Amino acid sequence: MNQNNKSPQVAKDDKGDRKNKNGRPGGRRPRNGAEAIIDFIKSSKIDLVFGYPGGAVIPLYDALYDSGVRHILTRHEQGAIHAADGYARASGKVGVVLATSGPGATNLVTGLATAYMDSVPILAITGQVALSSLGSDSFQEADIYGISIPVTKYNYLIKKPQTLPSILNEAYYLASSGRPGPVLVDVPKDIQVAEVTAAPQRVDIPGYDPRPKPDVRAIDSFVEHLDNAKRPILYLGGGATIANVTEEIKFLAESQDMAVVVTLQAKGIFPDDHQLCLGLPGMHGAKYANLAINESDLIVGLGVRFDDRVVGNVQRFAPYAKIAHFDIDPAEIGKRLSPDTAVVGDLKEALELVCAKVKKKLRGEWRERINSLRISHGLVFPDGHGEIKPQRAIGLLSEACGPDTVLVTDVGQHQMWAAQNYRSLKPRKFLSSGGMGTMGFGLPASIGAQFALPEGQIVLITGDGSFQMCLQELATVMQYNLPIKIMLINNGCLGMVRQWQQFFFNRRYSQTIFNFNPDFVALAKVYGLGAEAIDKASEVSNAIERMLSYDGPYLLEVKILEEENVMPLIPAGMGQTDFFELEEEGR
Amino acid sequence: MKKILSILVRNRPGVLSHVAGLVTRRGYNVESIAAGPTQDREVTRITLVTSGDARMLEQVTKQVNKLIDVINVEDLEHREAMTGELALITVSAEGVRRAELLNLVTLLGLTLVDIREDSLTVMVSGSDMSVDMAVSGLAPFGIRAMARTGLVALARPVGSILVQDKEDPWC
Ligand SMILES: Cc1ncc(C[n+]2csc(CCOP(=O)(O)OP(=O)(O)O)c2C)c(N)n1
Repeated sequence: MNQNNKSPQVAKDDKGDRKNKNGRPGGRRPRNGAEAIIDFIKSSKIDLVFGYPGGAVIPLYDALYDSGVRHILTRHEQGAIHAADGYARASGKVGVVLATSGPGATNLVTGLATAYMDSVPILAITGQVALSSLGSDSFQEADIYGISIPVTKYNYLIKKPQTLPSILNEAYYLASSGRPGPVLVDVPKDIQVAEVTAAPQRVDIPGYDPRPKPDVRAIDSFVEHLDNAKRPILYLGGGATIANVTEEIKFLAESQDMAVVVTLQAKGIFPDDHQLCLGLPGMHGAKYANLAINESDLIVGLGVRFDDRVVGNVQRFAPYAKIAHFDIDPAEIGKRLSPDTAVVGDLKEALELVCAKVKKKLRGEWRERINSLRISHGLVFPDGHGEIKPQRAIGLLSEACGPDTVLVTDVGQHQMWAAQNYRSLKPRKFLSSGGMGTMGFGLPASIGAQFALPEGQIVLITGDGSFQMCLQELATVMQYNLPIKIMLINNGCLGMVRQWQQFFFNRRYSQTIFNFNPDFVALAKVYGLGAEAIDKASEVSNAIERMLSYDGPYLLEVKILEEENVMPLIPAGMGQTDFFELEEEGR
Repeated sequence: MKKILSILVRNRPGVLSHVAGLVTRRGYNVESIAAGPTQDREVTRITLVTSGDARMLEQVTKQVNKLIDVINVEDLEHREAMTGELALITVSAEGVRRAELLNLVTLLGLTLVDIREDSLTVMVSGSDMSVDMAVSGLAPFGIRAMARTGLVALARPVGSILVQDKEDPWC
């Protein structure tokens, strides 16, 4: 099927022959495209790939068969890409996912978008129909190249076999360098069987600068702003996690007495139990965090997007503050609000420069103010009358888990309760789909995290809605014997949406209440997990204990009231202190 | 506010989709987009004319710059850019007004590319303004079809007498 002999062939070199030691049927023959992909995976030290086979990748899976490359078979391509994502978030390495053409490729789209929004490095390799039938609506043909443009950092459709090795290299480099992100390579089936002798060329992308040098004058200007500030706040985002600046942030916060607010993507970068830590800012942040932002005179964004869930109304965000913004991506500067001082560059490099320049400065008054705000405007939730309060259950889980536990969440109320009440002390230990808010992310991402940390403890907090979006991956959990612990917060509804309907749509619960749910305990047991359900506050601690000490995967269903809410709440688009107050209803 | 971006890109398949897709996806307005080869076979130049408020225009430039294939973006808004456009215009040329029309064609220095009993087709090239002028001049006769290339632009070479030096010591 080597029909592509019109394309320029690089002079044959012997490297193409190295596959033959596999003793493949057909005897000695040059390496093909599929084998070039496998060679690339091996030479890039990618320890495993997630994927799901199909017609357009049969040659690739054939090359994989006895290659020694470790492949994790999920039960859905969405599961595969979220797993690759969880793997990447937990390890900092590139997650690799394989899928077939057409429906296999389109099933990746949600996962690509999820990774793109949170800047997660992923390499997706999809099969495509043969070049000869491309564009003719042939069986399982989908224009994944076109479809994925808006949800990838970059993408490729391979048209010449000899470009494959270089493109794979470039794709991997792009995914992992600069501001990371998903990159997709679409490989037509005839390319997979065509002879590929070319060696990869050195990556050379004019105009792509993955490590812009921070401007020293910008650093000086920032240091001056900081020196003049009386009430500075560090506002940490996903970029801080990626840049691995835990030490620098700790030094800066402590030597300057800066308060620290931590977004979902940065949770753990600065320990939640630190005196200066104010936790989550924005829509569902504690009141003290938003009040502090409101009083601050300098907000220092590190690797953040000034996202609408944090900022709310741009005009009313931090009204007394100057804004400093550090980011590796120049396009983030001024995207939502214009900073007074901005540093473009690698965050680590920039912070090292800052740390070398700042003089220790104690801001006793600010520290005191923060402490008193924390006391007067803390996170509170009612004790209840014997029913389980999800906030408290998560607090207890947090106490029972160690600093190395990886907590994964799905999306909804439970995610926000986790962000508020789970204490993260180390980076990359709290994994959550932030920018995209993708329900169904949790279970497969937990699988990926477990593969990244085979000895680690992985705990998933999910909701009855989200869990049912990628439920099929329980089979993957069992197939690979992954001891993942699942805390399923069951409120019998799509709680987060229901909450908005309660507050802003007069309790018109349009399509948010599940009139049927499976028996989750029985369901988990059918797959082979250990499982139990609880609905009394008094049972929580022991049940968590049983879950964590269970040898193998386990599901703990925590039944809560339907009308539990995430508080505090600043309605979308409102100012920093426009806290929504629930009217008394005698509940 | 209008802005001309002169964008040099790696000549890769799909590069136009990336640029055009970005601009529409992020909600920027496109007045015109024109692409063609440069002296370097590997490099294509795209001239993008876009409009919007200052913040939006700054974002367009940054987002375009961020595209992997983009080698360089020049913002020609503040400079004296050299611009050009070409258009083909088919005009009704029936009856008594034919002579008047031919007169105008000569006057405007348009090139005739086709003559029929009832129509003429002319080609106009020059700055975008001269194309606009030809269009409005021909409109009363009835334009039947029109194709414009969209603006292409280059920054004037440094040292050109028409480029105002911002740090001119005599100012
Ligand atoms: C794929 C997807 N579809 C829809 C939504 C909108 N949405 C956000 S939260 C939510 C409810 C989530 O329900 P559940 O997982 O049970 O969590 P809860 O809010 O009840 O804790 C919905 C439907 C989403 N975020 N993702």
